Formats: sequence, C-alpha cells, structure tokens
Amino acid sequence: MENARILVAGDSSLLIEFKQEINPEINRKIAALVQLIREQHIEGIVDMIPTYCSLLINYDPRVILYDALAERLKGLLKIEVAAGSDRKKIYEIPVCYGGAYGPDLSVIAEHAGLSEEEVIRIHSSQDYLIYMLGFLPGFTYLGGLDERIHTPRLKNPRVRIEAGSVGIGGSQTGIYPMDSPGGWNLMGMTPVKTYDPNREVPILVEAGDYIRFVPIDEAEYKRILELVEQNAYQVTVREEEA
Amino acid sequence: MGIRVIKPGMLTTVQDLGRTGYQSQGFNVAGVMDVRSFKIANLLVDNPENEPVLEFTLIGPTLEFTSDTIVAITGGNFNPTINGKPAPMYTAIYMHKGDILKFGSAVSGARGYLSFSSYLKVPTVMGSRCTNMKSRLGGFKGRKLEAGDLILFRIKRRYLPYFLSRTLPVEEMDQESVTLRVVMGPQDSAFTKEGIETFLNSTYTVTNEFDRMGCRLDGPFISSKNGSDIISDGICFGSIQVPAHGKPIILLADRQTTGGYAKIATVASVDIPKLVQRKTDHKIHFQAITVQEAQKLMLAEIEEMDAMRDRIHQPCREVLECRLTAKRIRTLFE
Repeated sequence: MENARILVAGDSSLLIEFKQEINPEINRKIAALVQLIREQHIEGIVDMIPTYCSLLINYDPRVILYDALAERLKGLLKIEVAAGSDRKKIYEIPVCYGGAYGPDLSVIAEHAGLSEEEVIRIHSSQDYLIYMLGFLPGFTYLGGLDERIHTPRLKNPRVRIEAGSVGIGGSQTGIYPMDSPGGWNLMGMTPVKTYDPNREVPILVEAGDYIRFVPIDEAEYKRILELVEQNAYQVTVREEEA
Repeated sequence: MGIRVIKPGMLTTVQDLGRTGYQSQGFNVAGVMDVRSFKIANLLVDNPENEPVLEFTLIGPTLEFTSDTIVAITGGNFNPTINGKPAPMYTAIYMHKGDILKFGSAVSGARGYLSFSSYLKVPTVMGSRCTNMKSRLGGFKGRKLEAGDLILFRIKRRYLPYFLSRTLPVEEMDQESVTLRVVMGPQDSAFTKEGIETFLNSTYTVTNEFDRMGCRLDGPFISSKNGSDIISDGICFGSIQVPAHGKPIILLADRQTTGGYAKIATVASVDIPKLVQRKTDHKIHFQAITVQEAQKLMLAEIEEMDAMRDRIHQPCREVLECRLTAKRIRTLFE
C-alpha cells in the first residue's frame, strides 16, 4: 500500500491519506487496511472513519501516543493487501419501484428520455460499490450510477422522506436509512431496514461492500415488510470474486 | 425516584463522553462539549469517568428532586439556587426530596454541567448513554429535555466519604478573549503561506452561529492555494475547516462524521473547553503547537485531575475549626 501518507489530525486522531481521487481500486485498499488494522487489535484505537480515499483513526493518547501509533501503522502500510479482500460482498436490496413507492420515477424517466421500465432495469442491473457511510447513520455513498439516469436534485427538497426510500440525486443513488429531509428524486422503496437502532448490528452494510437493487412487486414488498417487522427477514448476501 | 424537569432551559441534554466506534457507519459521536467540566462534575461525586450528566446551554433548567441524592455543578456560572438560596459550585451538594434546583442565564461561560451520585436512568444505546439529537437516539428519548420530563435514578447512593472535603476551586469561565493551542493539519498544505500566517496572527470573533455542531468565526480571510474543497474525509472533535469564504469553522461534539472542506488545524483537546465556554463576540487567537506537545498537555491534565481526586478524598481540615464546621452544618438544618 505504497503512496499512503500519515498526517497529524490533532492530538487524538491521525489521517492516512491515499492518492486523492475517487476510484474503486483506492477505496478497496482502504477497506482492506481497515480490516488489517482491526485484526491487529491495536490498543488505543477507538474509532475509524474510512472515506473515499483516506482513513481517519481516532485514538486515545492515554493508551498510545502519536509517534508509537504512526510507527506501527507505517509497518502495516508496507503489507500488501491480503488476497481475501479481493472478494466482494453484495447485499441484495429488494425495491418496489414506482407508483406511490417512487413518486419521482416518472421525472427520472422523462429526464432520461427512457421508459420507467428501462430506468428500473438500468438501476437494478449493477452492483454499486459503497465508497463510504456518512451524513446520516447508515447513509451510503454509492458509486457507479449509470450516466443515462443521472437526475438533478429537486429544486424544493422534501421536508420528510420516509426511511427505506430509494432515490437519485445528481450522479448518486442510495437509500434513506431514516426519516430525513432531502432533495433526491424518489424512485422506489425497500421494506428492508438498512438502519435499525434496536438491532444487534444497527447498520446492515459496510464501506467496501456492494449493493444490488432487486425489483419486487407490491405483494412481495408487503410480504417482506411483514417478515422484517417480525425480525424474520434475512437479506440475501452474495459473495463473488471482485 | 429521580428528577422532574420544571423548566427545561434553552438546551438541556443527557451527555457522556459520546458514542464512539460507529462513526464508520455514519453515527456522529455527540457527547459533552466541555470535557473538563464534565469530568470534574463526576469526580466530585465519585462517579465513573463516563457517567452521564445534564449539559445545559446559556439558560439552565429548573429541576425538582423526587428523592435524595448528591450532585455537583461545574462549568459556566448560571447562578444556581436551591430552594431560592445560592448553591455552591464545584462542590458536592446533598439534595433532599422536594428540593428545587434552579439555574438562571449564564453569567460566565456558556455551558453548565450537573452530575448525580445516583446515576441518571437512561438506556445504553450502542455503548453510550449520550443524546444524539440528529439521529434521535440515546439520552432521554433521543431529545433535549422538556417541561414535565421525569428522569429516574439507577441506584441509591446518598453517602460519600469525606463529604466536607468535596469542594474544588471554581474554574475561571469569564474570559472574553482566549488563545487556543492548535495542531496544524491535516490539510494545512492546502493553504498559502500568507493564509497560515493570517490564521495564526489574527483575532477571530465568535459569531452567533455557534451550537453543539460547530462554531463559526469571523475575521481575516485565510487564503488557500487551489480552493478549499477536498474529497470528503473524516472529521474529529476540534477540526478547524476553512471553506471558500476563508473563515474558520470549528467542529464540535455534534459534528458530522465526514466533510468536504480542507482542515487547516485541530484544536488541542485540553483547549476545547475554553472555546465552548465562549459567547458571541468573544475573541479567539490561535497558537500552533506540535502533536507531541498537545499530548503532553493531555497527560498533564489527567495528572491534575488525579490530584483533584486525592484532594477530595482526605479528611476535611475545616472539621478541626468549629466555627467553619458549624457554618457548613447549619445549611443542613435550614
């Protein structure tokens, strides 16, 4: 993992910065580095924030000081990413597109000059890399949305968007993890809770994983929703060679 | 039993040191703004370091105690009174069932802290009891306190040894101008040499855009080399970002986990309390120190607090002086 720099970020954090560009290769290195650091169980590290092309590490100077931690991390940065991290984990998120579930699907289709069916087909035929999580608990910054369905954000953002809404904002697509104001064009809804504070693991996905949207009809939506409410629904997760 | 909120004040929340470990998933940390005052409040009543307290801002709450407990008040001076009589700060105070503890407006400082020896009964959510208002979780129902709220205690603890020794010097909170020591970086290289000089040699003014999320400062323009937008990266407590308008914004307890502006420096942890106790129009200067110096300051503060703990864990000298003792005991009978 050459080309990474360790930068000071105050007395309780440091930043590992890779080449500053948004690309899946760099992002995968960061996911691998997070995994590697976790496996090391370095005492004193309290939190890590992986982003597009850097990793912020919060640590407790009572346990480990900057010089010692930086030295340790320099050693880890020399290790090549393990082969296992070349596998990708894909979460299949069922989405009921259009109608009352996706009031802006027609807007997206009109803007793209495509039929609604085509928009759905394009949106659901790709694995989206989760570059990072931020903004809201469980809010995913996904990469790779097909240019044909890029759609400008709403001029008047909605005051409340329901959790589970799937939308497009500019070149980005994603799922609202909780009720929130927002300006994205809503194209559908998933019955799956990507964020549930009462679940043992509140956030379903991690940076470095992939999301694949799977179209479902209303009956299936209701069936899954019922299972979700009984905590009996298991999201399908596929593993593939990257 | 516990406490009943009669008046909530401007912004009163249950806080501890924050919810760490989940930032990679987008959860911001929250937690207390003034870590020093928080720790002293807990120390005075022998609480564990991370026990939640009430944090209040600019206008404090009025609380009724529905059972006996011991409390300590630290941070800014909000003219606290118990049943109408002035209450001491930085001192363990025995509260009786039915007592009314009232805070006014902050006459010095901006944030106050109230610790309880009987521990506030709020659920632990993902490892913390702090209130995350943005995600509406933790603390008391995930929100700021409102009139009529009743927070129970988790335990009964109405005795603390060396009770009369449990008083510490009241900390200075009324400075109108402070120097914050900062560690430069991580993106100081995004700014011009003149920009860095401006940052370190100018007086900045606290604006009214100052909340738990951050503090916007006004003052001379800090020039960047090629704009100050970066690819979003992680933010920490005290990060100083400088957007295109060239003025610093210091990110605090309720900060977002990530942001897309270059960060010129980070406030030394021991100096964040100095910032969060300031009000609109107060003046800020920045002074650069190394990360090693900042960490030495942190460790020195821990030793200082250990000394405070030792000090309140000794028999009270005043006990030997009858008149002083009588004076303190008298309040118990009133």
